[in-house]
This record gives sequence, structure tokens and C-alpha cells, in this order.
Amino acid sequence: MIAQTPPSASSGGEPLLQVRGLKKHFPIHGGILKRQVATVYAVDGVDFEVYPGEIFSLVGESGCGKTTLGRSILRLTEPTAGTVRFDGEDVIGMSADELRPLRRQMQIIFQDPFGSLNPRMPISDIIGEGLLAQGLTDRKARDKKVEDALETVGLRREYTRRYPHEFSGGQRQRIGVARALALEPKFIVCDEPVSALDVSIQSQVLNLLLDLRRDFNLTYLFISHNLSVIQYFSDRVGVMYLGKIVEVGTVEDLYRNARHPYTIALLSAIPDADPRRRQKRLVLKGDVPSPVAPPPGCRFNTRCWLREQLGKPERCTTEEPELRALSSGHRVACHFEDSITDSTVADTVAAQSVIDTAAAI
Amino acid sequence: MTETLSAQAPLGTPPARETLLEVRDMKTHFKVLDGIVPAVDGVSFSLGRGQTLGIVGESGSGKSVTALTIMRLLDIPPAVIGAESEVWFDGREILHMPIDAMRKIRGKDIAMIFQEPLTSLNPVLSIGEQIGEQVRLHLKVNKREARDRSIESLRMVGIPSPEKRIKQYPHEMSGGMRQRVMIAMALSCEPKLLIADEPTTALDVTIQAQILELLKVIQQRTGSALLLITHDLGVVAEMVDHVVVMYAGQIVEQGSVNDVMLEPRAPYTMGLLESIPTAEKRGGRLSVIKGVVPSPFHLPPACRFEPRCPYAWDLCREVAPDLAAVAGSATEQLARCHLHGKVGESRRTGALDHHAGAMRVGRGLKEDPGKTLSSRGDR
Repeated sequence: MIAQTPPSASSGGEPLLQVRGLKKHFPIHGGILKRQVATVYAVDGVDFEVYPGEIFSLVGESGCGKTTLGRSILRLTEPTAGTVRFDGEDVIGMSADELRPLRRQMQIIFQDPFGSLNPRMPISDIIGEGLLAQGLTDRKARDKKVEDALETVGLRREYTRRYPHEFSGGQRQRIGVARALALEPKFIVCDEPVSALDVSIQSQVLNLLLDLRRDFNLTYLFISHNLSVIQYFSDRVGVMYLGKIVEVGTVEDLYRNARHPYTIALLSAIPDADPRRRQKRLVLKGDVPSPVAPPPGCRFNTRCWLREQLGKPERCTTEEPELRALSSGHRVACHFEDSITDSTVADTVAAQSVIDTAAAI
Repeated sequence: MTETLSAQAPLGTPPARETLLEVRDMKTHFKVLDGIVPAVDGVSFSLGRGQTLGIVGESGSGKSVTALTIMRLLDIPPAVIGAESEVWFDGREILHMPIDAMRKIRGKDIAMIFQEPLTSLNPVLSIGEQIGEQVRLHLKVNKREARDRSIESLRMVGIPSPEKRIKQYPHEMSGGMRQRVMIAMALSCEPKLLIADEPTTALDVTIQAQILELLKVIQQRTGSALLLITHDLGVVAEMVDHVVVMYAGQIVEQGSVNDVMLEPRAPYTMGLLESIPTAEKRGGRLSVIKGVVPSPFHLPPACRFEPRCPYAWDLCREVAPDLAAVAGSATEQLARCHLHGKVGESRRTGALDHHAGAMRVGRGLKEDPGKTLSSRGDR
């Protein structure tokens, strides 16, 4: 049985991970002189915290910056600005040598079980590489740890001499989990760990991650675009749009009482496997704008159905909404959040034309 | 497998007039270095005019190959099509007809939308040229009429300023927009059957919602039949009236969407639905289907799902079950499982109760610690 109460999300304990004002901007170089001609604002000022033992999820569409955010926290990509505190220590200010012991406690599981395992390395080296980097040079001791990790994720100890191509997608993802686990971390970033897997394999891996959390007291930052998986799996959720968190709260806050127009549309877009629950969806118009030139004011204003319904108030395009607290732990970045009622959503759904939802040129 | 494609293959009788598409005993095998892959192995189903049918299955189940065989888009060899296999479309057998005749149907009466719009559009032709080429070929109209028709179909799928868009190239468009272009192209010749192979898998969830709603409206408006191929049970539940569930090259269950999704009777379908994460299952473990899909070179001897099936017994390892009527069902629901045969009668109730229980998993669930290990299936 999983502990369903988020350990200290609202009870005021010390967060394990605290992210403040985190930004990651990628320069685009062009022209003959390769000067910087533009900037991709991949992550553009994000604040959140993850408490010990909880599963905090980041959800958003492709290009919203959720993966970059996960990598920046681990300094796999160097953030442009902001602070990350892990267990009270400042991760960003550390030198590479200072960072190494901390890396042991912060691991990552990657999305693509095919691309993230080196095809020329046997499993013992793939999993053992991190241990070696952490100074475990004794081959025997290392192999023992590798075998233990394999067993923990439900694979046979003998598999250490095999190569990645000998395994199925689900097994490879278990190897990815074993690699993270071998270092006995406290905290794991799970970047879309089940997105590449078939439904029947996906549930095996999700169960494994929940078992490991319970057995090893782990904390997860879970990154996904799959809202059903997130609803089942997480304690708290942050919804990202164009490099910013637009709403954050417990799963109950978000799935029962979403207050950001984008969250409401995302939830409405999930196809339900129960044919009795067929309903007209709230369909967002157009595509996500480019993170090179995010819209002024609220970044969601170009697709916002609420703004349309309110007669396009000027404030949405001139003033960027702050992430403000509605209740303990539930925060939302929308100027007009209080004008959302059940009927505003229903009216929008009734009035929309599903054909004309493509973006204008 | 020594069957080869032969023009003189004996044909059965055509199906009734109201049946638009009927697939009979489709066998598509691939000869590869390691042996023979029975990608589609005896699949039969039919689709009425203007109706919607979903084929659902995981990777490797044969659902896409089924569509490609209907379209005759596979290279023969390596593909080998069974001599007894037939596909009847609009009163004609299309699987064995001369390829020239098929070319007149393909793209006109049967159109297909592919999963990845970027790779299925030609990068060096403008949108207008690509749609226009098809229109001119099939409808024998001049350039100007073809252009007008292209603009009209782009407008129909909600692309703003289609007069400007037809001059653009695929790389200038977003993923959702490209998929709209694919749909416009498919619709340009007013097909009787639209085959959509994972039309939204590569798209973000809000764009998926746009495209699914669009497909629904267009299907109703044009009255074309829709064959939707997907791995997403949610998409199936939202979009189609009838469902075919495939596993390891065979149909394991078929019926109306309500029957299959709400009262599944093949253990594979039951397991799939049990394993979907939902709000109600929060706090409980997800049910899993243990193990993995069998290798096509080493298929289990009898029932192909048997090694993963929680209800299997000796008979399932000895005799392959037929796709037969589901016991106690008043509708036309079929399942490939011995549970629905005479000998399975005593086990059926237990299996169905177990499934109902798994679907009810909720907050109060107490976990049996012994289950944890066995569910970490390692095969």
C-alpha cells in the first residue's frame, strides 16, 4: 500500500529540493559571424519545492521546458539563473568536485530506453559506471552492487554480461531504473519513464517505481505529458506552459478543482477509456507558441478560451500573472481565475467550433 | 508457408451491399532471415458503409500491417499474402485484383492517414501540389479545378487562409497543421473509406483533441466509413462504434465499443483495461499483464496469450481457441478464449469476478505483500 498522504506538502516540513527563479535560456547563433540572433526561453523563472518522500510531477506539452527543467536541477545542463537547494545545499554554486558526492543522491531515469543505454556496453558497465565515478574501484564489490540493483528491479542477476539489444523495452527501462538505484540515491528525476512503453508494460514499470519509493524511501520528480499516469501516480503536480509553471497543487486540487484555463483544457483533452463518458471536449485553438518569442503578458493568452469569453481584457497581454496562492499549496497564475465557474466552461464547450481550431498564419 | 499471391485465386461470394469492407482470413507473413513472421494470421472483420471501426493492439500486434495489406502497400516479397485471403471493398475483391485497378481505388475510394505527418508528406512539393496531384489523377480535372478543390479541402479541415497555405511546404507547418493537411489530402477525393493509422500518436494532447474532434465531425459530415488503428484505448472509446482487439497477429476480441470496453471477455482485453491508470485506482497497485508479447518466431503452440494469462489451464497449452461467440452475450461479441467454450464454463465466473474486482480497485485496497514480487514479471 502506498502512503497516499504527501508527507509534508502542506504540513510545513523542510523541502528536500527547493527551486527558486530557475531559468535556462539557450542562445541561437546565426549569420556569418555566428552572433547570437535569438534566445530560446526554455525555462523562464520556475519556483517549486519537493518534500521528502513525495512524488512531485511536472506536466506539459512538448516544448514547455519540463525536461530542461529536470536536467537543470541536476546540472546536466547548466541553468542560466536561479537557485536549486538540495537537502539544504546550494547545487548551483558548487564546483564539479563538490557536486560529485551530491550526484550520488540525485539520479535520473531517461525516457527512451533504447537511446539511453550504450549499445556497446554490457549491463555491468552501464550500471557500474556511476559507481566507478563515485570511487568504487573494486570490481568485485561493484559487480555485487550491480547484481543487487538488477534483482531489486526484477531482473536476473546473471544478466550483467548481456548487452542492451538483448532486452525488451520494458526490461531496458528496468535497467535504467537499476542504474539510478545502484548509487542508493534519495531523489530521482523520472523523465517520461513510461512514455515509450506499451500499456501492459507501462503498469509494470509504474508499480516498480512505487515499490521502490516505499522500500527505499525515495523522492521522485516525475516528468510526463500523460495526465492519466500523473493523476494515478503523483502527490502534487505542477503544470508547465512555455517555460513557466501556471498551476501547482495536490492531485485533488488539480483534477477536481483546476483553476487555470490551460489546466482545464488539458484535463478535458484526455480521452477516456469508458465509452459512457464520451463528451464534448474543450478544444484549445492553435499551437503552443515558439519559446523564442513567448507572447507578452500571460503566455497562454494566444490560446486562452477564458480570455475570449471575457472579451479579451487588456491585462492578459500587458501584465504577466504571478503564481499566487488560492489555498494552502494550491497556486495559480491567472488574472481572472475567479471568473471560472462550471458554466463558463460548459458555455465555451457549447459555443466552440471544432473545425476552426487551427492557428491563423 | 508456401502460399503465394496468385491472380487466379478462387474467390468467395461478395458480401451484402451494405457492407463496405470485408476482410476474410487475412494472412500476411513476412519472410525474413530468421524465419517467417506471421504478422497478420487469419484476421476477418467487416465494416458497414459510414460506420466506424477501431483496431486496437500493442506494438507488434499486426494492426498496422492489416491496414497496409488492405491498401496493398506492402512489398511482395518479403510479404507473403495468403492465397485464401480476401478483401472485399464496395463489392469488389481488391487483394487479388491487378495493381493498376487497385491504384484507381487507392487514394480515391480508400484514403489513408498515417501516424507521422512529417515523413508521409513529400518535403519538396508544396501542399497544393501534393493535394492537387491526387485530385488530378483520380478525378481527371484540370489544374485550376484541382487547385480549387485543394483549397476547399484545406478549408474543410479548418486551415485558415488556405489560398496562402497551398503554396507552403510541410516544414513550414506545425505537427497539428501537417496532420490537418494529411486529412485534407485524404478527403480531397471524397473517399468511401478512411483508414487512420495512429493519427494522433505523434501529437500533443491538446492538438490530439483538435484532430480527434475534427475527424469525428468530418466523418459524420461526409458519411465516409472510418477504420481507426490505435494503441490508445481512450481514443478507441471516444471515436468508434465497433472494436477489434488484436494480439500477436490474431483478433482476440471484437464487438461493439460498449461491450468490449465495459464488459471485455478475452483475458487480454480484460488485462489491458485493468492496467490503465485512473483516478479510482489511486492508492492501489496497478494490475499488470505479466511478461511480454511473445517473439513472432517462438509463438506459444496453442493460445498465444497463454503464457501471460492469469486464467490459463492445461487446455490453453494444448488446443488453440477459436474466435467464438461470448457465452451469455445477447450481442455479437466474440472472444478467442476457452473460457467461453463448454469446458471453460466452470472457470468463467471466477475469471469474470476477478476482472470486476480488479476494475473496482480503489483506496481501501489492502495489498498482499507476496503479490509484489510476482508482479515484477521478469521474462
